[in-house]
Amino acid sequence: MSKTMIEKIISSHSGREVHAGDIVVADVDYVMAQDGTAPLAIRAFKDMGGEEVFNRDRVALVIDHSAPSPNEGVSSLHKLMREFAAEKEFYLYDVGEGVCHQLIPESGKVGPGSLVIGADSHTCTYGALNAFSTGVGSTDLAGGLIAGRMWFKVPETVKIVCNETLPAGVYSKDLILYLIGEVTADGATYMAAEYTGEAIAAMSQEARFTIANMAVEMGAKAGLMEADDKTLAWLRRFSKRKYTPVFAGAGAVYSRVLEYDVSRLEPQVARPHRVDNVVPVKDVAGRPVAQAVLGTCTNGRLEDLRIAAGILDGRKVHRNVRLIVAPASRRVFLDAMAEGFIQSLVEAGAAIVTPGCGPCVGTHNGVPSDGETVISTANRNFKGRMGNSNAEIYLASPATVAASALTGEITDPREMPGILKLTN
Amino acid sequence: MIFDGKAHKFGNDVNTDYIISGKYKFKTLDMQALAKHVMEDLDPQFYRKVSAGDFIVAGTNFGCGSSREQAPLAIKYAAISAVLAKSFARIFYRNAINTGLPVVECDTDQIAPGDELLVNLVDGVITNKTKKVNLPVKPLPGVMLKILQDGGLAPHFRKYGGFNLT
Repeated sequence: MSKTMIEKIISSHSGREVHAGDIVVADVDYVMAQDGTAPLAIRAFKDMGGEEVFNRDRVALVIDHSAPSPNEGVSSLHKLMREFAAEKEFYLYDVGEGVCHQLIPESGKVGPGSLVIGADSHTCTYGALNAFSTGVGSTDLAGGLIAGRMWFKVPETVKIVCNETLPAGVYSKDLILYLIGEVTADGATYMAAEYTGEAIAAMSQEARFTIANMAVEMGAKAGLMEADDKTLAWLRRFSKRKYTPVFAGAGAVYSRVLEYDVSRLEPQVARPHRVDNVVPVKDVAGRPVAQAVLGTCTNGRLEDLRIAAGILDGRKVHRNVRLIVAPASRRVFLDAMAEGFIQSLVEAGAAIVTPGCGPCVGTHNGVPSDGETVISTANRNFKGRMGNSNAEIYLASPATVAASALTGEITDPREMPGILKLTN
Repeated sequence: MIFDGKAHKFGNDVNTDYIISGKYKFKTLDMQALAKHVMEDLDPQFYRKVSAGDFIVAGTNFGCGSSREQAPLAIKYAAISAVLAKSFARIFYRNAINTGLPVVECDTDQIAPGDELLVNLVDGVITNKTKKVNLPVKPLPGVMLKILQDGGLAPHFRKYGGFNLT
């Protein structure tokens, strides 16, 4: 019987031919936790009688959510993580290295056909590398650290076909926001998504990460894409390993197939306080913004900084707006400096913060004030998400965020001079 | 596993940021301290309204959002005995079972705020004592029932030295 991508990957990791609905214990290739989830995982590891991690080369802890530490409580949890990694002799990505979902792909240890668990809901990001990667809680993660395995219910798959290509000034972030608006916040709960079609094929690898990153915002367990020459070229920067791409079988069974023509899509925005509360930017254009955020695991990559720098170069951020930029990793930061993007952004008035999660999770680096509107490239706009439940968070593409930072109000980036010459 | 308490009602899509905000959860492993802030963004008085054994009752997609296990733990440490919802987000659902917080899928439209409930997880029966009706319960998958009966995934690991599920 023909299989979906995720059925193939779980089959190859469980030694059984599995299909949607089966429950199996499968081997995992890589296990990761961050500073919001690792401390509980370490406690669970000890509580479960764990002694050593299953494979020192295939586990990592990442300090990215509150990096550098904003207070003594966080500092003591960071110390606990460092001591655990040192004692078990595996790598910990420390302050300044970046966001876990940029670092794990950059490690070269995850690629087509991999099975990854991470104690962070946006672990689904590596689906853009044709992997099955999913977010878990701390106790599941501790089980993975000890056993190198986890139990899974093999999910059904919804196939999302994006036909035609995106118009100029419209980016992968606009597409995924639109799709979440269509599918809704729980429209794919317990399912995997397969994203396919001409628009996905035409996208850069970096743009694809943005799409895969937000699968969980429709409730999905994972969001996978085919690996093509762009995927393999991206991986070759970080690894010499030969990966074999996984394709869905021709007769694979899908719970739903959704088809969209994306050629007329406009820039999109998710309004407070739901990620599926999506409208075209023009519907909310003109709303004053106090803070603009560029970064996060969704849109902190080099291409995102390039797009924003292209809009902001030689101009000044509006005097009523704080523009906060968090590169996704140290490598992205260095590359962006070499390309001159950081120079353009800082000259325009941006505040650059440590590579990491930045202000997205509300611990530091830009907690908004009561009544303020924030426009952000992040993936969540829940009430209180950025640390103040009286602030309003709008989610948009790097282009929309940069354009809005310039004008001081939510702005369709296609209205900016020169923008339509930029491509994604 | 029989629980007796009253219903505290919430709507659809209660996310884990609402259950326990990121601004608290990154600072501490003291779950009793976190529990004081449970559901704070939806109801600042919630923790004080709960009597031991009460239930959180919600609509669809309860626990969506982040993977933070502090969410089910904060609920558990607030002395809530179980969460009843029309449906749950998947990571929260796993985390709840792994940490020993019972989660039950049922038609919560038949429960009003303040209703007195009797939840029998062994027989899979919910009795709304106020409305004098029994609500059918969607049974847990066998794997999860086994973990819950062992007291969570950690006791399961201690008992078997690893996974012993399938």
